[in-house]
Amino acid sequence: MGQTYIIGKYVYDRILLLMEKVLNRVKEYSFLFEQLVSRDFKRKYKRTVLGMLWSVLSPLLMLFVMRMIFINFFGSSTPHYTIYLFAGIIVMSFYREATKTGMTSLVQNTAIVTKINVPKYLFIFSRNVSAFVNFALTLGVFFVYCLVDRISFSPSFLMLIFPSITLTLMNIGIGMILSCLYIFFRDMTYLYDVFLTLLNYLSAVFYTIDRFAIGIQQLFLLNPVYAHIRYFRMIVIENAIPGIGYHGLLLLYALIFLAIGFYMYKRYNYQFIYYL
Amino acid sequence: MTVVTCKNVSIRYITGDLKSIGLKEYVVRKLTGNYHVREFWADRDVSFKLNKGDMLGIIGSNGAGKSTLLKAISGIMMPISGEIKVKGKIAALLELASGFDEELTVKENVYLRGALLGYTHKFLDEKYDEIISFAELQDFEEYSFKQLSSGMKSRLAFSIACLVDPDILILDEVLSVGDGDFKKKSEAKMLSIISGGVTCILVSHSIDQVRELCNKVLWLDHGTQVTFSDETKKICDAYEEFLVTKKRPENMAEIEKMARDFRERNPEEEQSSKQKKK
Repeated sequence: MGQTYIIGKYVYDRILLLMEKVLNRVKEYSFLFEQLVSRDFKRKYKRTVLGMLWSVLSPLLMLFVMRMIFINFFGSSTPHYTIYLFAGIIVMSFYREATKTGMTSLVQNTAIVTKINVPKYLFIFSRNVSAFVNFALTLGVFFVYCLVDRISFSPSFLMLIFPSITLTLMNIGIGMILSCLYIFFRDMTYLYDVFLTLLNYLSAVFYTIDRFAIGIQQLFLLNPVYAHIRYFRMIVIENAIPGIGYHGLLLLYALIFLAIGFYMYKRYNYQFIYYL
Repeated sequence: MTVVTCKNVSIRYITGDLKSIGLKEYVVRKLTGNYHVREFWADRDVSFKLNKGDMLGIIGSNGAGKSTLLKAISGIMMPISGEIKVKGKIAALLELASGFDEELTVKENVYLRGALLGYTHKFLDEKYDEIISFAELQDFEEYSFKQLSSGMKSRLAFSIACLVDPDILILDEVLSVGDGDFKKKSEAKMLSIISGGVTCILVSHSIDQVRELCNKVLWLDHGTQVTFSDETKKICDAYEEFLVTKKRPENMAEIEKMARDFRERNPEEEQSSKQKKK
C-alpha cells in the first residue's frame, strides 16, 4: 500500500515536472512562434485581399473543372456528387499544402537554423498553422455550398472537428519526416510531387469505390488521406457517424506519423547542420 | 564561479558528396562507388574553463575550428565526445547579417530577429525606436528588407543584436560593423556590453583586439589545442611569431621562446606606435 503510494507520488511528480517543462517551453517560444506564423502569412498572401481570396479560389476552380468533367460519369449514381467531390478536394488540398510547405521549411530557414539555437520544429509548425487556416476558410465555403445543395446541418457536423484534428496532427508528422528527408535529398520535392499525383488518384477524390470488390474497398482505408475524406463524406452526405473503431484508425494514423516524425527529428537534429 | 566548462571536446564534421545531393544521384553514386564522404575533426580534445566575467579570445588561422567550437558551446552542434557545461543564458552572435527575410519590411524584420534572439514582445516595443535610430534607418522603416544596401543590413543586424543581455556572450567577428562613424559607434557599444561583467567568448582575426580585451586566450591549430592560458600577452606574442614562422610550438617552453623571438624582432616602442596608428 505504502509502496504504491510512493510510486504513484513519484509518477505524479514526474508528470507535473514534465508539464511544467512543456509549459515553460511554450511560454518561452510563443512570441517567436507568433512572429514566424505572421511571417508565413505575409509571404503567402502578399498582404492582399486577393491573395487570401486566391487560396480559397484555387480549390474552388479545381472543383469547378473536375465537376464539369466527372459529373457525366459519376453524377447520376452518386447523390450530392458535387459535395462528394468537394470533400475530397479540400481534404486533399489541406494535406498537400501542409506537407509540401512543411517539407521545405527547414531548408528555407538554413541561415537561421545554422546560426541561432532555436527549436527547429517551430518552423514546421508555423507552416502547418497557415495551411490549417486555409483549410478552415475552404471548409467555410464548403458549408455554404452544403446549404446550396440542400443538405441540412445536423449536430453530428460537430464531429468533423475530430478528423480535422487528426489530419492536422498527421500533416505535422509527415511534414517533419519530409523536412528531414529533404535536407538529405534535394530532389525530394520532385519525387513527392509524383507521389502526390499518385495519392490523388488513389484517394477516390472524384470517383466512387463501390464498383470494387468489398475486399478492395477495405484496402482503401490503408490510405490515411482517403480515410479522412471518407469521414467527411459519411458525416455530410450519409448523415452517419463513423464507429469507435474508425475514430481509432484516424487517431492511429496521426500518432504513428507524429511518432516517426519526432523520432527522425530527434535522431537527426544535430546532423542537419552538415547537410545545410 | 565556473560558468563555462569544456572538457576534452571533440567535434567531427562530415563533408563531401552529401551536400545538396538528390536521392537519384545518391543511389547512382552509391552503385558506381562514386560516393565519397570525408570525416574530419574540426576540434579535438579541446579543454578550458571560464569563470564569471572572463573574456576569452580564441585565436588560430582559418580552419582551426574556432567557429565550430562556438557553435558547439551555443548548442547548435553536438560534440562527438567530451563535455560542455554552461551555466546561465547564452547569446551567440554568429554572422548575424544573414537570415533576415527579404520580403518583410524593416520593422517586421526587427521583431522577427528580436524574437529569434529571445527578446520579449514588450521589450521590443520599448526598444524599437532605439534600434532604428541606432541603425540610422529612421526613413526606411516601411521599406522591404531587400531594398536596403548591404551596409544598412549589417547596421540593422548589429543594432538588434547589441541589446542582448545574456550571462554568456559569444561573438564571432561581430565586435563592430559598418564604416567610419558607425564602426566607432558599434565598437563602443559592444565594448560597453563586454565590460558590463558578462562572460564573453570572442573569435577575432585581429590579434590586437584579443590582446587588448581578453584575460584568457585559447589557441587552436587545425582543430587541436595548442594552449589555453591566462597569459594573454605572451600567447599573443608567440602566435604572431607563429604567423611568420609557421612552426607550431609543442610545449610551453617553445611558446616562451617564440614570444621572446617576437619581442626581439618587434621592440616595444615599435609596437606601441603601431597601436597608436590604429
